Amino acid sequence: MSTLEIKDLHVSIETDQGTKDILKGVSLTINSGEIHAIMGPNGSGKSTLASTIAGHPRYEVTKGEILLDGEDVLEMGPDERAQAGLFLAMQYPVEVPGVTMTNFLRTAKTAIDGEAPKLRTWTKEVKNAMEKLRIDADFANRNVNEGFSGGEKKRVEILQLELFKPKFAILDETDSGLDIDALRVVSEGVNRAHEENGMGTLLITHYTRILNYIKPSFVHVFVDGKVAEQGGPELADELEANGYDRFLTPAAAAV
Amino acid sequence: MTEQIAKAEEVLRNTDDPGVIQKVLDDNPELKGLGNYEYGWSDSDTAGATAKRGIDTSVVEDISNKKSEPEWMLKLRKKGLKYFERKPQPTWGADLSEIDFDNIKYFVRSTEKQAQTWEDLPEDIRNTYERLGIPEAERERLVSGVAAQYESEVVYHQIREDLEEQGVIFMDTDTALKEHPEFFEEYFGSVIPVGDNKFAALNTAVWSGGSFVYVPKGVHVEIPLQAYFRINTENMGQFERTLIIADEDSYVHYIEGCTAPIYNTDSLHSAVVEIIVRKNARVRYTTIQNWSTNVYNLVTKRAVVDEGGTMEWIDGNIGSKVTMKYPAVYLTGEHAKGETLSVAFAGAGQHQDTGSKMVHMAPNTSSSIVSKSVARSGGRASYRGLVQINPEAKGSANSVVCDALLVDTISKTDTYPYIDIREDDVTLGHEATVSKVSEDQLFYLMSRGLAEDEAMAMIVRGFIEPIARELPMEYALELNRLIELQMEGSVG
Repeated sequence: MSTLEIKDLHVSIETDQGTKDILKGVSLTINSGEIHAIMGPNGSGKSTLASTIAGHPRYEVTKGEILLDGEDVLEMGPDERAQAGLFLAMQYPVEVPGVTMTNFLRTAKTAIDGEAPKLRTWTKEVKNAMEKLRIDADFANRNVNEGFSGGEKKRVEILQLELFKPKFAILDETDSGLDIDALRVVSEGVNRAHEENGMGTLLITHYTRILNYIKPSFVHVFVDGKVAEQGGPELADELEANGYDRFLTPAAAAV
Repeated sequence: MTEQIAKAEEVLRNTDDPGVIQKVLDDNPELKGLGNYEYGWSDSDTAGATAKRGIDTSVVEDISNKKSEPEWMLKLRKKGLKYFERKPQPTWGADLSEIDFDNIKYFVRSTEKQAQTWEDLPEDIRNTYERLGIPEAERERLVSGVAAQYESEVVYHQIREDLEEQGVIFMDTDTALKEHPEFFEEYFGSVIPVGDNKFAALNTAVWSGGSFVYVPKGVHVEIPLQAYFRINTENMGQFERTLIIADEDSYVHYIEGCTAPIYNTDSLHSAVVEIIVRKNARVRYTTIQNWSTNVYNLVTKRAVVDEGGTMEWIDGNIGSKVTMKYPAVYLTGEHAKGETLSVAFAGAGQHQDTGSKMVHMAPNTSSSIVSKSVARSGGRASYRGLVQINPEAKGSANSVVCDALLVDTISKTDTYPYIDIREDDVTLGHEATVSKVSEDQLFYLMSRGLAEDEAMAMIVRGFIEPIARELPMEYALELNRLIELQMEGSVG
């Protein structure tokens, strides 16, 4: 049983117009096996939360804590966070020219586990995971994300999630840009990781569509860098019906 | 290696205390490259210690005498010396103003006799090659012939018997001049004339060692021939001279590697390589240059290619203080082809000024240059290339792609493409890109558990992959390992 705790998190970034505060006191606790959906309008800071948890250097934490089983995550580099069991499925996975998926997956698995995976079982494991996610076998020899479509990139993120077996996964708008078939395949992958490894999940999304496939235990509405309301799955249904309007302050609504 | 250094290395291996490390390094300056450059040790050095410094006619005569050369070669050497003295130091490329020609040792004889077995070599020289893994490669049959040059001369040489039976000649250039003078009278200096440039002139004056290769008509040497060049003494000048002749319809792949110890003062490596590719023959010449960062590497390499022939240069420059090298192909016969794949790494204090020249002198000739460079820690990587298409070279085609990768914000890259086209009916393409390792790329890999230097090394390896895949497997692995060493401590 593991716990990821976010306590009163304040985050700012440097822009051309000076320092901008994005997160203004986010508190959230996720336990193993739980799925938390974070929903909110554009610009509410959802992706900032995801990148901050994973340790992107652009985001500066000005106040608050992130703890993984009591360990201070903010003291760790992005690599150490991955080794500690955090995984971020990115909204915009980057290309790494000249590096094959096979090489990348094995290198990353070795770095995360601290030892190389057994070659025979590993090859089989990768192959199986790719089949389940309907990723064509020849992707193994292609360069990381190079020339992949938006949907292919997202599947490959979930492939990594299944292979690396993190304690907690943050899915940053994994559903955006997916057609209905891809959405189902990707959701099944997340559910497998959830059931097989007891993974805790922070699911960030605009839309309720993905919640038809991945059933959250908790829903948090994110507005202007803060959690405006939390509840059970029924909150998502209400958002589907009424939108975010009632959460927006007049000032924010005018933007 | 002295006992003191061995002891110091032992101390370094067993401590993480920066204070202790600093003290050991201060006491043993020759260890300064440890961790970055792994070939930086030196052997005991009686031959080097007694060698004469500086150059004049007597030095040239002495070399020629020691080798009992024919009169014409001595004459040519003296002519080279004249050109060398007369030609100004080039100022159009890297900074060469600190080379002290009076301090260089132009000829060092480290052993009296060339060995045919590794056991016959003096022990410290043999150990050096063992540490470099050369005998092992030979035992494992990864190469079909080996020449090992130590200081000025080739100290070990071997070629597989079956190749010898087919008439393939692979030997050091000094011996070849004695045993096969006919080739030398015809070809020596025919591709790169004595006065071609200041450093080719210097090489002509004091050349020693290098390889001579002759591949008879129709013979394909399937497994590469390998030469290994090692400088041991401080302020050494190594001036090997290589001549390769591939007769009609033949094929050969020649590979050379280079290393040297780390010293506080500079050495000079100035080779000349001439290659003759006859009708429909193909020659591939691969260099993995990993000189220590106190070596000026100023090399002239050129091939002439007859009708239907192909010349391929694969040129990896990782080490040296300054490298100026532009392997050239003169396409003299119709449908001749030239290709250069070049990769350069410029780290702290290094300037890699590299590229290629393609000269189209016949119709329907084609050439391509792919150059990739990586600059880090304040290093500078320059691409400098020439594409020349002469009148009447109708239907010729060339493409140039040069990509530079900057690992940080203090390093530098520049591109100097020279294009000289005197014919209308040609096809040309030129592409150049400069990219920086992006924060997002690093973050992506680090968020998958890779430490920053591992992530950087992976990006760099990916960047040069199109060239690494052209190398024989063991060289590709070696190149990858060198990149990792280079990237260690390059970040943070």
